[in-house]
Amino acid sequence: MDENEKIKGIPLPSENMQPEEYEKYVKKVTPVHNMPLNMLKAFLTGGVICTIGQFFMNTFTNNGLEKDAASAWTLLVLIGSTVVLTGLNIFPKIVTFGGAGALVPITGFANSVVAPAIEYKKEGQVFGIGCKIFTIAGPVILYGIFASWIAGVIYYFLDMAGVYWG
Amino acid sequence: MTGRKFQRGKASIEFSEGPRIIGRASVAGKKEGEGPLAEYFDVIEWDPMVGCDNWEAAESALQKKAADLAIEKAGLVRNEVRYLFAGDLLGQLIATSFGTVDLEIPVFGLYGACSTIGEALCLGAMTVEAGYADYVMSMASSHFASAEKQFRFPLEYGNQRPLSTTWTITGCGSFIVGKQGGNVRICGITPGKIVDMGLKDSMNMGACMAPAACDTICRNLEDFGRKPEDYDKIITGDLGEVGQKILLDFMRSHGYEIEDRHMDCGIEIFDKESQDTHSGGSGCGCSAIVLAAYILPKLESGEWNRVLFLPTGALLSSTSFNEGQSVPGIAHGVVLERC
Repeated sequence: MDENEKIKGIPLPSENMQPEEYEKYVKKVTPVHNMPLNMLKAFLTGGVICTIGQFFMNTFTNNGLEKDAASAWTLLVLIGSTVVLTGLNIFPKIVTFGGAGALVPITGFANSVVAPAIEYKKEGQVFGIGCKIFTIAGPVILYGIFASWIAGVIYYFLDMAGVYWG
Repeated sequence: MTGRKFQRGKASIEFSEGPRIIGRASVAGKKEGEGPLAEYFDVIEWDPMVGCDNWEAAESALQKKAADLAIEKAGLVRNEVRYLFAGDLLGQLIATSFGTVDLEIPVFGLYGACSTIGEALCLGAMTVEAGYADYVMSMASSHFASAEKQFRFPLEYGNQRPLSTTWTITGCGSFIVGKQGGNVRICGITPGKIVDMGLKDSMNMGACMAPAACDTICRNLEDFGRKPEDYDKIITGDLGEVGQKILLDFMRSHGYEIEDRHMDCGIEIFDKESQDTHSGGSGCGCSAIVLAAYILPKLESGEWNRVLFLPTGALLSSTSFNEGQSVPGIAHGVVLERC
């Protein structure tokens, strides 16, 4: 191991190192996940979730639901199943495998709301679940709303200026 | 001035007789009970809740179990133990407060992050050696779920852990330190100072703690005028694989080669391939239960004669982390010797 490091040219650390130098050294000796493999897993997981979503979407529209209603029902199915899978401790295992593939779809958002609800239930309905249910999803909600507000303001002025929106 | 004769170097103490460890107990959780050290633990608690309502109470229950078992194994009763030095990872030490209330032993609550058992043994040994108590207890615990909840995310939240992360162990190690009995003594201690290299990555605590471990090991060797070869093993608490690598590099920069005798409790306690624990185990309980279940028996049997036991701690809170502070490390050295 030592020889390897000498070959790779990683200098030995010392107490006198600057924080940046030490950070650089630590980065060199710390193993990281295999990025292409993780991307492949995320692609597969996300793909499967989206295919399941599409399956429900098609089933609902084929059975006479309007497109809007069908997509709302599809979301409900995905959220509902994530909630159940989180409660059964299966969803975290899917994320361990698929990473962002499972977190980026609405399933990730559902998980981030249910997980604190389960964890903090012991601290009571108000100070536990009530106060802490959005500890993870809170930033997404806040900045999501804020971003759409900014977009709305931009839209308003562009609209006044007569920009054509199609 | 008589006390001066025990002082060694800048920070160490060499006891003349050396208080003995006369009772030890290890209570481990389910994942630890499925790991490579399973056969050595006194008790494996398969229920993560330990029959309680919440994780914090479960950790307290672990402490109570370990405490009573150590007292029993030392052949004592509760009121013979004069003081208790104990700690855990939770805010305001609630696992310790609620876990030890029934023992009715005067208690010193300690926080040294994952190095707490080192701190507890140092103070316990000093107290016994000085004659302030015939028997004291040193104890530390951690629980995976209570620690995750406090320091990271709710358990059910899905996320991917970087390879440098460690897995907080569920367990409690408890020790009775006394003047006589047993054949392992604490012959010296080297309490550690806080070392901060400015690293801010709480997902790589091994790298945050390794410089502190190196500092305490070098201090110990210098204060006692020893070489690494004078120890059969130099055993750190929970550096994990990444921290071990960094510690060995640090030691090399000081001219010491300890690869052949270094062992890390965090690496020993899990099988990283089959248990998906990445860099290793961590938590107050990690070094405590490995000491009780694995290290002390090897000293008692004579397989090892002298070891430097060095629990390591990363001194952060979620507040300090969110406020952009670094993660300083600490390591307390305890010299254990067969006698």
